[in-house]
Amino acid sequence: MKTIQVSTTINGDATEFLCGPDESLLDVLRNRLGLTGVKEGCGTGDCGACSVTLDGRLVCSCLVLGAEAEGAQIGTVEGLAQGDRLHPLQQSFIDHAALQCGICTPGILVAAKALLDRNPDPTDTELRYWLAGNLCRCTGYDKIIHAVQAAARTMRETADAQG
Amino acid sequence: MPRDNNDTRVFKVVGTRPPRPDGIDKVTGRAMYGADVTAPGMLSAQILRSPHAHARIVAIDTAAAAALPGVKAIVTAADFMAQDDAGLDDILVNCMARDVVLYDGHAVAAVAATTPAIARAALKLIDVTYEALPHVTDVDAAMRPDAPVVQAGRANESVPAGMSPNVTHHCEFGHGDVDAGFAAADVIVERSFTTAATHQGYIEPHACLATFTGEDKADLWCCTQGQYNVRTVCAALMGMEASQLRVTASEIGGGFGGKTTVFIEPVALALSRKAGRPVKIVMSRDEVFRATGPTVSSSIDVRIGMTRDGRITAGEAVLRYSGGAFPCGTVDMGAQSAFAAYDMPAVRTLGWNALTNRPKEAAYRAPGAPMAIYAVESVVDELCQTLALDPLDVRLKNAARKGTLSSYGPTFDDIGLVATLEAAKAHPHYHAPLGPGQGRGLSAGFWFNFGGNTCVSLNINTDGTVGVTEGNPDIGGSRAAISQMAAEELGLPYEKIRTIVADTASLGHNDVTDGSRVTFAVGLATIKAAQDAVAKMCARAAAIWGIDPDAVEWVDGAAQPCGPNAGKFPPMSLAEIAAVSFQTGGPIAGHHEFNADGAGVSFGVHLVDVEVDRETGATKVLRYTVFQDAGKAVHPSYVEGQMQGGAVQGIGWALNEEYIYGEDGRLQNPGFLDYRIPVASDLPNIDTVILEIPNPGHPYGVRGVGETPIVPPLAALSNAVSRAIGLRLNRLPMSPPRILAALSGS
Amino acid sequence: MLAAEPGVTRILTGGTDVMVQMRAGLAAPALVVDVKHLTGLRAITPEAGGYRIGAAVPGAVMGEHAGLRALWPGVVEGVELIGSTQVQGRATMAGNLCNGSPAADAVPGLVAADAVVRIMGVDGARDCPVIDIPAGPGRTTLAKGDIVTSIFLPARPARSGDAYLRFTPRSEMDIAVVSAAVSLTLGADGAVTAARVALGAVAPTVLLVDEAAQAIIGTRLDDAALAALAAACSAACRPIDDKRGTVAFRTQVAGVLARRAASIARDRAHSAGDAA
Repeated sequence: MKTIQVSTTINGDATEFLCGPDESLLDVLRNRLGLTGVKEGCGTGDCGACSVTLDGRLVCSCLVLGAEAEGAQIGTVEGLAQGDRLHPLQQSFIDHAALQCGICTPGILVAAKALLDRNPDPTDTELRYWLAGNLCRCTGYDKIIHAVQAAARTMRETADAQG
Repeated sequence: MPRDNNDTRVFKVVGTRPPRPDGIDKVTGRAMYGADVTAPGMLSAQILRSPHAHARIVAIDTAAAAALPGVKAIVTAADFMAQDDAGLDDILVNCMARDVVLYDGHAVAAVAATTPAIARAALKLIDVTYEALPHVTDVDAAMRPDAPVVQAGRANESVPAGMSPNVTHHCEFGHGDVDAGFAAADVIVERSFTTAATHQGYIEPHACLATFTGEDKADLWCCTQGQYNVRTVCAALMGMEASQLRVTASEIGGGFGGKTTVFIEPVALALSRKAGRPVKIVMSRDEVFRATGPTVSSSIDVRIGMTRDGRITAGEAVLRYSGGAFPCGTVDMGAQSAFAAYDMPAVRTLGWNALTNRPKEAAYRAPGAPMAIYAVESVVDELCQTLALDPLDVRLKNAARKGTLSSYGPTFDDIGLVATLEAAKAHPHYHAPLGPGQGRGLSAGFWFNFGGNTCVSLNINTDGTVGVTEGNPDIGGSRAAISQMAAEELGLPYEKIRTIVADTASLGHNDVTDGSRVTFAVGLATIKAAQDAVAKMCARAAAIWGIDPDAVEWVDGAAQPCGPNAGKFPPMSLAEIAAVSFQTGGPIAGHHEFNADGAGVSFGVHLVDVEVDRETGATKVLRYTVFQDAGKAVHPSYVEGQMQGGAVQGIGWALNEEYIYGEDGRLQNPGFLDYRIPVASDLPNIDTVILEIPNPGHPYGVRGVGETPIVPPLAALSNAVSRAIGLRLNRLPMSPPRILAALSGS
Repeated sequence: MLAAEPGVTRILTGGTDVMVQMRAGLAAPALVVDVKHLTGLRAITPEAGGYRIGAAVPGAVMGEHAGLRALWPGVVEGVELIGSTQVQGRATMAGNLCNGSPAADAVPGLVAADAVVRIMGVDGARDCPVIDIPAGPGRTTLAKGDIVTSIFLPARPARSGDAYLRFTPRSEMDIAVVSAAVSLTLGADGAVTAARVALGAVAPTVLLVDEAAQAIIGTRLDDAALAALAAACSAACRPIDDKRGTVAFRTQVAGVLARRAASIARDRAHSAGDAA
């Protein structure tokens, strides 16, 4: 099968890659670009471990063709921290013991950030429904909810201080 | 090693909540899991799996696949040597079917190719001729004399003559005169229960990378709960010497017992040996469900007698488990644990295992216990309702405590059940009002906890920092807990310690991360290794000071003369001793190797409120509280995490999770869409109460905590739903169609 | 292009079904056409008091459209139940319809709304009522080369409301075991003047249940009318036993959901009337 040349932007960096016409964005990110922070848990859009943003929308990268990244802005877990400074969500997940095995963590961080970008002050219920597509089998979600809310508070306070 | 005098010991690091050492790697995506590595010249492999529940393999033709450009190696059962040891041979046959496929998804061949797409295309070119055989997937059906025979000749000496050839194993536990006990009862309730097979549901599919560097020398990277076990098994199956197979455990994306054995690792090794190139295998989610190790399904009869005032006079249980197509001893742990929470004058449990055409069982968090205790705790709850007695009072009245002859033999030492029940009774949750359509349920739970073979090295670095080398993959924050115990014992800050998980060439044997053993046993070995290093550091200080080593003690991270008679020298810190170690005899390290004993048993109590929609059968979990004895919570946040995670796995098991088989014996729901693990919006917060009744077998009082939390939810949920709808339920999962059918009287 | 391809073809909008089929080997299309970038396919356009929804508009965008939400809340809530937040960023109403599942969450609401599908075929554009598209599990009446370009949701009279409810064992991330959509209009006196009732996952295709609509037209949705509605829905069910539910469960719960959806639709119709 003919490969397709794709020009895209990943975590702010202009990136070009070749991919097969039937190759998922997940496979491109992991196998061609070395972004293995994006995890595969199911390959069918049922677990959220491969969550990335595509032009600001939260998507499962296993349900996106690599070719669809042409001209798009892709965001992955690798783009959350600024150098060695963790994103408040990342720091909060460590501080609040919101990860155990950690395999779902990248997808949940990307998903939670996508929510807080839209809604800086979600209710627990809004948060739980937003994250319903991100399976976690270790934590029972309790500490994840607490960690996201704590990060949201920090981010609101920072925004207030700057505003 | 006996417990220190904990009542007076003030911990400095143990009991605090420092950040986990793997945290930053895991939140930035840098942590390396099973599928995250590559090797130069690596091939991708795919496995061809049986579409039949049970069939004879008449022929396998791989010629067309082998001719496909890019295909570098193909293996079938013919490429593996049969094993003399029956247990090892079962593992091998489970990894690659020999002559017969025993379940839907059973591997029959594997292809390594230059790309995954070519490997997938090659699978389609392999022509397998099957002759279908009759199949059975239900445990009760499998035990009938006329059942289809899964494997013949697998019964051990415990099985009486005349039973179905599928029955492989029988066990019996108990004490006292059961008949006399029932004669003394005012009320006897006898019920039968079934539970479906469930899967651990770890989010990371199995993955490995095998590299043969010579005919008999190889490296293997894999996600596993026990790299030493992988080495032992794979070396045997490959006919290699253990020293020539180095196994490195990746970060592990969840295991819960399901990664304590091998499924793809021997296949990758065989392909790599044949192709002469590194071979990577990553399972799909479909393969994980069809061809790894779900837990047993069960069918259980329970009979309990009680006096009018709530005293249990006798209990009896018959447990029938199936661990799939191979002999399985999990029913032993069910039969031992069923009545463990009770101090009973008379108790008897009988266990049976039967073969079915389902995947080979692997451990799942407290294997065998949740279903047994579900059945017992359901009957106890019904007795409480029948006699109008408070369910916590009845459990307190009959609770096992120090000195109780347990239902499985040993006499209990200090245990936390009574304290846990009392904490539940005192908690506001137990007294909160319930609305219409709501019900509250509770259950006690128990797990034995393991110790086991353990080996730890602790290296004192010359800059005053410490490296701990241990051999158990970290599935719940154990590196943090081990660092904490090393810091506590050495008198160093937590930040000065780095704990790593070694490969099999770098440290002696360690048993698998299972049985809630790691924080207990590896922690104990770490404490002992630290004490070994402390003794050596004291000796170095003594030599410098020119005094007897016995005259030096270790206080707050420094050697000092013990008492004025020993001499007057300023204390030497660990860093000071380490800095001059090359001049005082060389590097300093502590070690400990042992087969750990003294793992204290663990009890928990769960309280849950539910609301049932009587028109749809839907159950909503409203409130949930976990009470558990941790002995000593080394890192309380990670202990809470175990309690919460286990509770939610149990909620899933109780309400929706199950292996669903069609008439054709094929698994109908091999994916996260129809195998319904709980999602965030299904759940309330999971509140936790940690109790600390020290384990006499550990210097800090530590008990394992990981497994007990999955035990109580099954009965707690069933009791809550039963009380909410006014009908007793006896089958898991309590999916909405089953609850609605019960309400409709059908 | 699609018509000329002799092999299997798939039209990709959100990809949330097509990608899964391709991965599972259920579909191995020789040609996949990504139509997202065709003009107008990603737009929600006001038209004749209603809205035309481009075929490539993802669920999340529909959910963020205040005007659409206000006019057809039941249709939007059906679309928003398709999959997770992640899937909402991709999945489309048109794709949900063309996938042909009897359990499709978007379709009962569209059928109750009497939505109209615009199809671009080899011979040009044509319009078709949504009820005529599904043909059975995984099948539609669309011909090879047909592309659904938009779905039109019409204007509606004052005091109208609609609602969609589905039953799933989990609160999210699930396929409807049974579902019901009700669209109705109230007269000034509060009595139902028009109604359409649709059921999902109880037959090979989504059902439009006229008997159920008749059971509530002319009533004020009193308990007796709601009971008659539920009975008519249950009577219309022709479900199967499968891994997700039983015949008895689907039959019983279809009536329950229709009754509850009708009550919600009535409340929305009242609010719509108040607002007007």
